[in-house]
Amino acid sequence: MIRTTIDSTAVWTAPIIDYHALAPEIVLALGLTVVLLVDLFTSERNKWLLSVLTGFSLLGAAIPVLTLALHDDSTRSLFDGRYVVDEFSLVMKGLFLVAGYVIVLLSSAHVEEGDYWRGEYWFLLLTSLLGMVMMASSRDLISMFVALEFLSIPAYMLATWRKRDSKSNEAGVKYFLLGVFASAVMLYGMSLLYGVANSTLLVDISKSVDLNGDFAAIQALAVVFVVVGFAFKVSAVPFHTWAPDTYEGAPTPITAFLSVASKAAGFIALVVLVFTAFPSAKDVWQPFIWVMSALTMTIGNVFALRQTNLIRMIAYSSVSQGGFVLMPLAVAGGVAGEAALRAVVVYLIVYAATNLGMFGVILAVTRKTRSGEIASLGGLFSYAPALGVLLTIFLASLAGIPPLGGWIGKFAAFQALLSDASPWAYVLAVVGAVNSVIAFGYYGNVMREVWMRPVPHGDTTPIVTPSSLQIALGITAVATLVLGILPGVVLRFGDVAELVGAFGR
Amino acid sequence: MQMIRDDNWVLTVGTFLPMLGVLVLLVTPKARESAIKMVALITSIATVLVGVFTLIRFDFGKAGSMQFVAETSWIPVIKSTYFIGVDGISLPLYILSMVVTLLVVIYSLDHIPAPGNPKAFFVLMLILQTGMAGTFIAQDLILFFVFFEVVLLPMYFMIGVWGGEQRQYASLKFFLYTMFGSALMLVAFLAMFFKTGAESFAIPYLVENGAGIAKNVQVWIFAGMFIGFAVKVPMFPFHTWLPDAHTQAPTQGSVILAAILLKLGTYGFVRIAIPMLPDAAIEWAPWIGGLAVIGIIYGALGCLAQTDMKRLIAFSSVAHMGFVMLGISTLTSFGVNAAVFGMVAHGLITGMLFFVAGSVKERYHTLEISKLGGMLTQVPRLGWILGLCSMASLGLPGLAGFWGEFPAILSAYNPAAGLNVSVYRTYMVIAALGTVFAAAYLLWLYQRTAFGTPKGHDHHDVHDVNTYEWIAWLPLLIAIVVFGIAPNLLFSVIDPAVQGTLRAFGG
Repeated sequence: MIRTTIDSTAVWTAPIIDYHALAPEIVLALGLTVVLLVDLFTSERNKWLLSVLTGFSLLGAAIPVLTLALHDDSTRSLFDGRYVVDEFSLVMKGLFLVAGYVIVLLSSAHVEEGDYWRGEYWFLLLTSLLGMVMMASSRDLISMFVALEFLSIPAYMLATWRKRDSKSNEAGVKYFLLGVFASAVMLYGMSLLYGVANSTLLVDISKSVDLNGDFAAIQALAVVFVVVGFAFKVSAVPFHTWAPDTYEGAPTPITAFLSVASKAAGFIALVVLVFTAFPSAKDVWQPFIWVMSALTMTIGNVFALRQTNLIRMIAYSSVSQGGFVLMPLAVAGGVAGEAALRAVVVYLIVYAATNLGMFGVILAVTRKTRSGEIASLGGLFSYAPALGVLLTIFLASLAGIPPLGGWIGKFAAFQALLSDASPWAYVLAVVGAVNSVIAFGYYGNVMREVWMRPVPHGDTTPIVTPSSLQIALGITAVATLVLGILPGVVLRFGDVAELVGAFGR
Repeated sequence: MQMIRDDNWVLTVGTFLPMLGVLVLLVTPKARESAIKMVALITSIATVLVGVFTLIRFDFGKAGSMQFVAETSWIPVIKSTYFIGVDGISLPLYILSMVVTLLVVIYSLDHIPAPGNPKAFFVLMLILQTGMAGTFIAQDLILFFVFFEVVLLPMYFMIGVWGGEQRQYASLKFFLYTMFGSALMLVAFLAMFFKTGAESFAIPYLVENGAGIAKNVQVWIFAGMFIGFAVKVPMFPFHTWLPDAHTQAPTQGSVILAAILLKLGTYGFVRIAIPMLPDAAIEWAPWIGGLAVIGIIYGALGCLAQTDMKRLIAFSSVAHMGFVMLGISTLTSFGVNAAVFGMVAHGLITGMLFFVAGSVKERYHTLEISKLGGMLTQVPRLGWILGLCSMASLGLPGLAGFWGEFPAILSAYNPAAGLNVSVYRTYMVIAALGTVFAAAYLLWLYQRTAFGTPKGHDHHDVHDVNTYEWIAWLPLLIAIVVFGIAPNLLFSVIDPAVQGTLRAFGG
């Protein structure tokens, strides 16, 4: 027994590891270790170092992403195709790292001023981002699941960061319980997939899961379970119920993180699965996503209209935006596939820029008002015109009004949807069009508060915005404007985002 | 369609020059109001000068072709290009948008509405100008859509911040109506794109290839565009945002809204919906005509019931745009010529009426018709201007309004082949009745406000037309008279382009 084990070990050869391809992950892993160590040996006074180190780790990890992207042969397959660095994954890694950097900028003043465990905050943030970067490359059920837990578990803890605040505790617990439940459902689906395909590799699964033969029903069930698991992650209706409470209770920078980065990671997993693992099972997931998309847009919108709390409104608006990302996926199995992939990538990029910017303004304003109510923004334009205009730009972009970034995301989604040319696609497009109008109801409501309402209590003391926040606002505002006026810049990313394994490539 | 590419920088400069002004305004301190006004004034004068240059270089002998055409890549992935140009239909509206903005800026030098803040006010106005001018020159559906939407937010804020008592309600209503229309319009544009082979969003390309789409599909695509444009026009029954928006908007907002924004809708019909989808246009035309005459009568009756002068003028817009849409719905070059003329004339006249209403409000602090009176004795010049504009608005021959209204009615006598003649002749009779109503409500308005003796005794500070007002108004008044006496100045530019647009209907 021992003998055979030793023999097999002797036969086993270490896989050849492409360190260049893994460099972003390695840099992040080193960075988070350094952050943890430095935290142990620095005094309270010098803890600001940690946010700087976190920012540098993210920028450092972005360098190999760039060199990989500029390299001619940009598709690299590691570990027998279980971990693939293709253009799609590079674009997404870039998005996570830049979004992560902006979140560091958003958090630093917040964390310095609040009663937080700073070292652990940065450590967990980096860990979660590492999970997201891994998710972008995972092409295997196991690496996907590991990446998912890697990004989720730190996020559960970050959500409950305000330890003595019952709302924050509620946020974390709700997020954790529902997230774990979703993981369980997904794992069950994955186990069924493994049973059918006898492999965890997504490309192998795509060959076996074709809804034919004796196991057709099990295959369909497995696909639905896995999709449901990620539907929780992207807070698609009816699996969205955690989002408003979690968003409201979590520290605001973490809410930004959850609503942008974590959500994008969920969508990436969904996209990879749909395109590389389930192309032959489209008769199952297409109608399923169609219904989810229509429900998500509509219900997210209708609830957002009723909110008086800003963060809860954003939570529901983010649910509804998720419906728009799902929209092109509802037809992704047919001729619209490539356009749908592009639309999702573009939407996620634009949405990240806009939503992070909006959180930036909210963080700046709440430093003064200490309130999460929409009414607390009253008259913002009159005493802080720059913040007022920026918030207007971000809200209008979210509402999809040209020439601000959001429109190109919505446009790409509609275009992908309609290139399918089926009646169902047209019905969904009309549902989407009506919803994009309803959405203006609540975005416009905030704008009205900012521009047309009096300042609450007549308190017009100016707002002091820390420089890190200013930089974050600058980055996101420029991105929102450039993406809207010259959308070719980002659509090109969508175009090169070749997803290996999809469309039989 | 022939494309003339000389001087292809002219339109880009003319359209985006206001944005340069916006950038300068953004760095000008808020407190330096006179500097801000100067920047806005210089920007809009420069824009009009570019417009004048455009007019000089425009080859009127070839008004039917696209001129100053510029085409460069913009969003290659979705096959949308930055493709602009003007022909005889767009040119008058493009120039009108520049001139009206300048006049509104001049008027605003002296009349910044409460709560002040000229910096934000002028920034929004200049953004509006770029959006309006861009819509008229865009030759690519996506570019058109972007410009079409650019005007929304500035107008929303203009009504919502500087408007009257119920400004927040009115601004949101304006926004939601228009956005609802444009969302469905975008879906229709995309359908158009895919049904013509997903090759290009260029309007000339789609006009050439749109006729090949199956008729039942065309009808649906047209429906989407119809909602988008009809809300903007606005046609009955989508008009309900208009009276609120106009009544609540500041004078400047009302003028721009009436003079230019409403034309974006009718222009969309003439430039996009009808030439691209000829079969659907034939199907839809009787319905459009029907809604147009309902709008004429409904608007007129609405006017008769109003007690507020501004609201009355707003309802008269519904009626006038009804005439424009009736002309378009005949699908004849005669009717569409009348419609385009009507757009320009309505822009001049109703814009002017809103200016007068604003000045009346400023002097008397009310627009309640029952509280006004005796303007001719108290402010004779303002009274006479109101008289001239009322006459022009009711379609008196010799003034610009006549040439939009009368030919539109006449064109319904003989609609394009394939349309039911007796239906259109019924429309003609109803529309003719509408002109009687128009005379009634405008003369009645004039009688109640201008004749008689001044009411109330607290109007001691009432002064007549001041210099700023004269400078802002004279160009419009002159244009109303000139185009009234010599309509061919405009018809000769419009007609060749209209002929080209209606090729699918046999001229």
